[in-house]
Amino acid sequence: WGREQGRGSQGRQMERNSELFTLTYGALVTQLCKDYENDEEVNKQLDKMGYNIGVRLIEDFLARSSIGRCQDFRETADVIAKVAFKMYLGVTPSVTNWSPAGDEFSLILENNPLVDFVELPDNHNTLVYSNLLCGVLRGALEMVQMAVDVKFVQDTLRGDNVTEIRMKFIKRIEENLPAGDE
Amino acid sequence: MADEAPFQFLHSEVIQYVFGASDSGDAETGRNITKVESMGFRVGQGLIERLTKETSRFKDELDVMKFICKDFWTCLFKKQIDNLRTNHQGIYVLQDSKFQLLSHLSAGKQYLDQAPKYLAFTCGLVRGALSNLGVKSIVTAEVSIMPACKFQVMIQKI
Repeated sequence: WGREQGRGSQGRQMERNSELFTLTYGALVTQLCKDYENDEEVNKQLDKMGYNIGVRLIEDFLARSSIGRCQDFRETADVIAKVAFKMYLGVTPSVTNWSPAGDEFSLILENNPLVDFVELPDNHNTLVYSNLLCGVLRGALEMVQMAVDVKFVQDTLRGDNVTEIRMKFIKRIEENLPAGDE
Repeated sequence: MADEAPFQFLHSEVIQYVFGASDSGDAETGRNITKVESMGFRVGQGLIERLTKETSRFKDELDVMKFICKDFWTCLFKKQIDNLRTNHQGIYVLQDSKFQLLSHLSAGKQYLDQAPKYLAFTCGLVRGALSNLGVKSIVTAEVSIMPACKFQVMIQKI
């Protein structure tokens, strides 16, 4: 029986696998909303879980992409948008709204895969549904010695036209080498 | 696209969240397993709905089970179930010889007691999928040597 082909078309498998991720994420947010009293705490928990994912995902990312050290924050922004988002979520956000100092930019998502099939109920107006992503970015960049601040400033779930993630470079994290080990 | 990675990382984060870091009592563990299983159930319902949108009607129960073993499993884990057995009286055993969600635990018997929490979500996925196809069931899983795993589906006759 093992050799027979299944009846579904295999071509749409990719899409299907991202549906698994999207629906699982939805089930998680639903569970968190049951477990916590208010949206703020859910947001915090999502960020924390994202952070845990980010610190481990970066290793997977560096291995798969074989990308080396970035020269500056602009290059980092491009790698995040064009390589990382593409690789894991199948979308490529645009990088815009650079601050004059070049330490802050926005990722604009026309389509946010996390919110397919999602509608926010009225009683959750401070819930940042996709907040996991902020944690993932923060955690991943921390592992490559970059402290960043990440937050959602626009969200299609709240009626905005696009989803916008704002990223601000805070500082370079010095590697703590043990004394005398240089 | 490395599209299986996000789900795997998310799944282990869900387990970490629900079960916490410390070992709790049996009753607590049971409740947590139920919690994860019911999350899987809802996801399974949603997935199968999209997956069967264009498929033809199923002949019988066995036909449904074959669909779960092939298309559904491929959608979840990019491989088919390796072996399907049935007693033709409503019990099906689905064997996956290299179950993806156990592959990050070390193979063999050392962490066998940790296995149930990594299987609960998938049990829910299968039960949810079957339920949307009109088949009521109880799904359990067992592992004797990782990362091989057997899912047992008991059909509940209505």
